[in-house]
Amino acid sequence: MIAAQDLRKTYGPTLVLDGVSFTLAPGQCLALLGPNGAGKTTLLRLLATLLRPTSGSLQVGGIDAVREPDRVRPLLGVVAHGSYVYEDLTARENLRFWETMRGGEASPARLAAALAQVELDAVADERVRTFSAGMKRRLGLARVLLAQARVLLLDEPFTGLDRRGQKWVNEFLLAFKAGGGTAVLATHSFGGGLAVADRIGILGQGRLLLDRPAADLSSEELYRLYESLTEAAEAAP
Amino acid sequence: MTYARRAWIVFYKDLLVERRSKDQTNALLFFCLLLLFVFQFALGPDRDRLAAALPGLLWLGFILAGLLALGRSFLAERENDCWEGLRLTPGDKSAIYLGKLAGNCVLMSAVEVVLVVLFGVFYNVDLWTPAAPLAVVLALGTIGLASVGTLFAAMTTQLRARELLFPVLLLPVQVPVLLATVSATQALLLGQPLGDVAHWLKLLAGADAVYLTIGLLTFEFVLEG
Repeated sequence: MIAAQDLRKTYGPTLVLDGVSFTLAPGQCLALLGPNGAGKTTLLRLLATLLRPTSGSLQVGGIDAVREPDRVRPLLGVVAHGSYVYEDLTARENLRFWETMRGGEASPARLAAALAQVELDAVADERVRTFSAGMKRRLGLARVLLAQARVLLLDEPFTGLDRRGQKWVNEFLLAFKAGGGTAVLATHSFGGGLAVADRIGILGQGRLLLDRPAADLSSEELYRLYESLTEAAEAAP
Repeated sequence: MTYARRAWIVFYKDLLVERRSKDQTNALLFFCLLLLFVFQFALGPDRDRLAAALPGLLWLGFILAGLLALGRSFLAERENDCWEGLRLTPGDKSAIYLGKLAGNCVLMSAVEVVLVVLFGVFYNVDLWTPAAPLAVVLALGTIGLASVGTLFAAMTTQLRARELLFPVLLLPVQVPVLLATVSATQALLLGQPLGDVAHWLKLLAGADAVYLTIGLLTFEFVLEG
């Protein structure tokens, strides 16, 4: 579903991503770990076609995402820091707006079903301004559900969520994977997301330092590898 | 059909957000009142002086209010990364521009109506008799101002110095619109019929067509940054 080959991104003289390569099959989830400034958000923005790589190739669903971003975008569901919500619209109005913009069918029944699925049906007609961070994140996921995205890109999806919210996102990701969806989530914490990941990648100084099946790594081993690899990357010239 | 639906939903969303937040409406109404007080003090009670300056003042008021309104038209998109969300929507991005432009035209028209009424009341000028031809000039001038203003607001919204850059970019491009609108307004206030200002209306319509076409063709590149 996703095939990234030797992705590099520079901003002027600053190298942000340095030859990142990985492939992800349908139904797989990759959790990207890394300290602040490791390049996680940049990599997600490249995958989301919001940035163009300086060099390298990227295929999403068999389509060249660098040359034809418009063909890739209908496949993508992106839940970034801001969740793409308008604060002065209600949850239902936000979903109607984004679904119409996508060219989809924004019927009341579909909107209600998506809101019920993310457990926001009780507050569907309240302004988003009154929502907590977790509720906004869930509204972002409802937008992805409506869009029937095949690739889900999540940037720090557990930030600001309580334990119940984290559990809810994990369950959502499991259901998404079970439906054949591919997910990439970036996080700097070991708390959330690792339980549903099939693969774990560690980014440091713009390089993919580790890419292993999650089943092969115990939490202790992962923590030890994370510390040693990121420290070595930071110490490297 | 999808294109029209997308343009409509952007327009509807902008009006809904503005109706609820009243961010711009309140500020603009207060600004209009302040402007009238400043003009009143600057011109004094001399009626002849006022009559000569009125068309320029009227359009100065529209431009200043327009700079405030248009410059803020993409602020809602900056919140919660909605700008990125719009970039990720498939299809022709000029629909977003068209929806935004329509929303800006409605907001500016509302401000212009308030300003015209206040001018009439404050300066005791008969703006009712030439109201219909004046409305034609106002409509054409508003489209010209808003079509470039919407595009430049999108260009500058992600910049740190946007408050400075926006008027610096917008005002020079608006010279043909200002020249035509002020001249046409002056003639209409002197009691001339609409036919006498046809040449100015042609210039306005031409400028509008050029600005609108440029906006529609280039908005996608502006959005993609």
